[in-house]
Amino acid sequence: MLPIVLLSVFGIILLFLGFQKSRAVLLPACLLFIVVALATTFIDWNKTYLYFNGMLLMNNLAMVFIAIVLISAFMVVALSGHYLEDEAAQPAEYYALLLFSLVGAIMMITFENLIMLFVGIEILSVAMYILTGSDKHNLRSNEAAIKYFLMGAFATGIMLFGIALLYGATGSFAVSGIAGYVGTGSGVSLLLYMGLLLLLIGVLFKVSAAPFHFWTPDVYDGAPTLFTAYMSTVVKTAGFAALLRLLSLPFSGVYGFWWVILAVITALTLVAGNVTAVYQNSFKRMMAYSSISHAGYLLIGLAALTQQSRQALVFYSLAYSLATISAFGILLLVARERSMNQLNTDNRSDESFDAFNGLARKNPLLGFVMAVSMLSLAGIPLTAGFWGKFMVFSAAAERGMIWLLVVAVLMSAVGIYYYLRVVIAMYFREGSMESIRIAPFYRFVLIAATVLTIALGIAPGLIQGLV
Amino acid sequence: MLTLALILFPIVAALFVLAIKGESAKQVAFGAALIELVLAAYAFVQFVPNAQSQFGFDYPWLASGGIRFTAGIDGISLLLVVLTGLLVPLIILSAFRQQYDRPSAFYALILFMQAALMGVFTARDAFLFYLFFEAALIPIYFLAAMWGGENRIPVTLKFFVYTIFGSLFMLLGIIYLYYQTGSMVAGPPVAGAPAIGAAHSSAIADFYTLNLSPAAQGWLFWAFFIAFAIKMPVFPFHTWQPDTYVESPTPATMLLAGIMLKMGVYGVIRLMLPIVPAGVDVWGTTAMVLAIIGIVYGSVIAIRQRDMKRLIAYSSFAHVGLMAAGVFSQTANGLQGALVQMLAHGINVVGLFFVAEIIFSRTNSRMLDQLGGITRTTPKLTVYFMIILLGSVALPLTNGFVGEFLLLSGVFSYNNWLGAIAGLTIILGAVYMLRMYQKSMFGTASARTAGFADVSGSESWVLIPLVVMVFWIGMYPNTFLKLTEPAVTNLLQYITG
Repeated sequence: MLPIVLLSVFGIILLFLGFQKSRAVLLPACLLFIVVALATTFIDWNKTYLYFNGMLLMNNLAMVFIAIVLISAFMVVALSGHYLEDEAAQPAEYYALLLFSLVGAIMMITFENLIMLFVGIEILSVAMYILTGSDKHNLRSNEAAIKYFLMGAFATGIMLFGIALLYGATGSFAVSGIAGYVGTGSGVSLLLYMGLLLLLIGVLFKVSAAPFHFWTPDVYDGAPTLFTAYMSTVVKTAGFAALLRLLSLPFSGVYGFWWVILAVITALTLVAGNVTAVYQNSFKRMMAYSSISHAGYLLIGLAALTQQSRQALVFYSLAYSLATISAFGILLLVARERSMNQLNTDNRSDESFDAFNGLARKNPLLGFVMAVSMLSLAGIPLTAGFWGKFMVFSAAAERGMIWLLVVAVLMSAVGIYYYLRVVIAMYFREGSMESIRIAPFYRFVLIAATVLTIALGIAPGLIQGLV
Repeated sequence: MLTLALILFPIVAALFVLAIKGESAKQVAFGAALIELVLAAYAFVQFVPNAQSQFGFDYPWLASGGIRFTAGIDGISLLLVVLTGLLVPLIILSAFRQQYDRPSAFYALILFMQAALMGVFTARDAFLFYLFFEAALIPIYFLAAMWGGENRIPVTLKFFVYTIFGSLFMLLGIIYLYYQTGSMVAGPPVAGAPAIGAAHSSAIADFYTLNLSPAAQGWLFWAFFIAFAIKMPVFPFHTWQPDTYVESPTPATMLLAGIMLKMGVYGVIRLMLPIVPAGVDVWGTTAMVLAIIGIVYGSVIAIRQRDMKRLIAYSSFAHVGLMAAGVFSQTANGLQGALVQMLAHGINVVGLFFVAEIIFSRTNSRMLDQLGGITRTTPKLTVYFMIILLGSVALPLTNGFVGEFLLLSGVFSYNNWLGAIAGLTIILGAVYMLRMYQKSMFGTASARTAGFADVSGSESWVLIPLVVMVFWIGMYPNTFLKLTEPAVTNLLQYITG
């Protein structure tokens, strides 16, 4: 449980480092802190421990999820170099908030008590509300923050209500306590079903599953790109880890109750995310809908909840995070390049598909990284995304959920269409993009993510056996 | 291990080619393709004609899931491996006179394509097959969309989305079959509970021995059929094909028509017939009728075409319809015919597209009404073109005859009426092919075609091997038929038994 303690302390240290004149130390310090947290995560490998009076439970699955979250955070921070050049920005505060939010994410992943789940979600969310609005002079950023905050607070309320009902039904906040109550089988109280439903709604809101997804496009679009990348990966991974623990431990006994609900939500999410993404002209907004659709694919693995669901969710989260962060990293570069070269009337950088026109000609590396990310998100073989999809699909096939699979397959085909639009713009259209200068470390992170995506695509066994 | 070399060598060569700056990329790529041809020829010579899979390798891939990285060559694979090995160097050589922008990427993609095709034709694991089946799409998509004609972007997008859409259904089918193997039951919904029973397997051979209910076979038939029908393409799934063939640069068109559409026919033979025989019994006639509609429809449209490339595209659509019909007849003749015809059609269609490209490069037109009178100055082209054309028309003693004869006899033994209609392909094929020849080569020379230079150098070296193959397969088809026969007989046991 060292990472929680360490990250809290590191966050405070970062705030103090912010008092210094020189900002140069912030980025490496933050990266170092995340690496240290990542290293200490694995101290408990192959052991299962209860921490803080039975509030948090650490096991291998949780550690792997924590590792994915920390790797995502590492990549996002590594791509944040431009904040150091921006006079108006407050990098120390952003980094500190990111570290604090990671504490929340870890609590969501390891909760053994529903109170911890609630506290974790809140820690993560409050940090995200602030970061979403961190572009203070941008109206869209402010709008996004207030929307996110209002909707988030509402969802939290529903979730808390659900937890209260669960307590009423079972007399316990603890995962093991609830599991014991559900396990007795006969006479499960109606309160439990109500409570579970409300709790699910709260968490599904955070992972932007339909029909609780309406905040997502506006918030993702309005937030600074870097934090959009963070939200769509770290928050989603932590949310799904929490859902997995919730559904597989305490509530697996009432699978018959919730799987239909979850399957319907899954189908809705897939259709809403994919079909709406087709009509977007802004890349960033397309990525927002794409993140909704990927929530749908991950939900397939949950709705099926078989032996391999854990494996599938881990693999999918990792593949999705790698591809998403690389894509946003390139969007960041491209949008900055565009806004430097031309005047934008509304003081916003160009984030449409057209911004990518001709990118690959002058910037073969960026084009390649982006193309691999898009193909991975589309689930084309030889990328990690294919195996992610494969694993969730086969979990559902094992359960015999054929109708859900047919929906998922049709929506995958739709997905290929909008992901390819980016590839087409980069490779086949003419554009005025000049060669973009990339910092060495930035380049390294992009290449590492791409290599990992392809390596996992060729040899998915690499991370097998971890969970 | 030879199989592994056949798959990996083009990848290594492609990475090497990528690193080369300038026009020398094409020579290196050609050299690599020749080495690959030697490997394929070695497999051809060393192959022992029995039903066994040979030169194979087998590594664990997703160990816990029983999914293995395993491939090998049997009689059915062999002809396609030879076809791929033979055509790719010729395709590269055919592009020697062209100046493509960024040549290293262009030729590297062709080699990547070759690796994926070799993988498809040799994979012995269903997931590996699927992986290569999809992976082949990426290089060809980039080839077509990057170096294609004016309208390339929407056309290739349609091609890409359409074909992936089809193969996703195949993926569903494969996943379903995978769970039918072994005796592992879905565990209780508790994470961490131990699995019970024997492990699943995704080996294609294990799929053959499954006992599937007729209902399951029915929907599996369609899951596979849609994937392969789009790839081949079979009517009414062909709408992507003519535009894509026309818009693609000619080497990509050759890859598509010469080799890639065989992936569909091969898939039907390898996966559909032996795995879902009851499904084929029920729906085979439907599939065959669709294929035969495609033959007539494609031929009739081909007769009306002005654009040579489009005409050849429709002729290819008609020919592959006959292959599909023959395969669905589930007879030894039909299957043998399809295998030989795949080889023959690959050779003919590459030759025809190359001739169209030669004509286009000198006259800047592929429109039949703007051509004519080429024969006067081109004795060599006249002869080569005529021989390849006659192979395509299935004149006896040419390669097309053997395949079409066997295919038609297969269809006839299935149903006389269907056989009679499918037989129209011979008449209609002669009409559109000879019309193309007449309009483009004979007649009076126009300003465009006056002073048409005869083929020379690298062009001859593409056409001569093709012409040799036309005669070889036409006069002594037994070289190839005896290699495929044991595998086909073996396959038929699963279909009838």
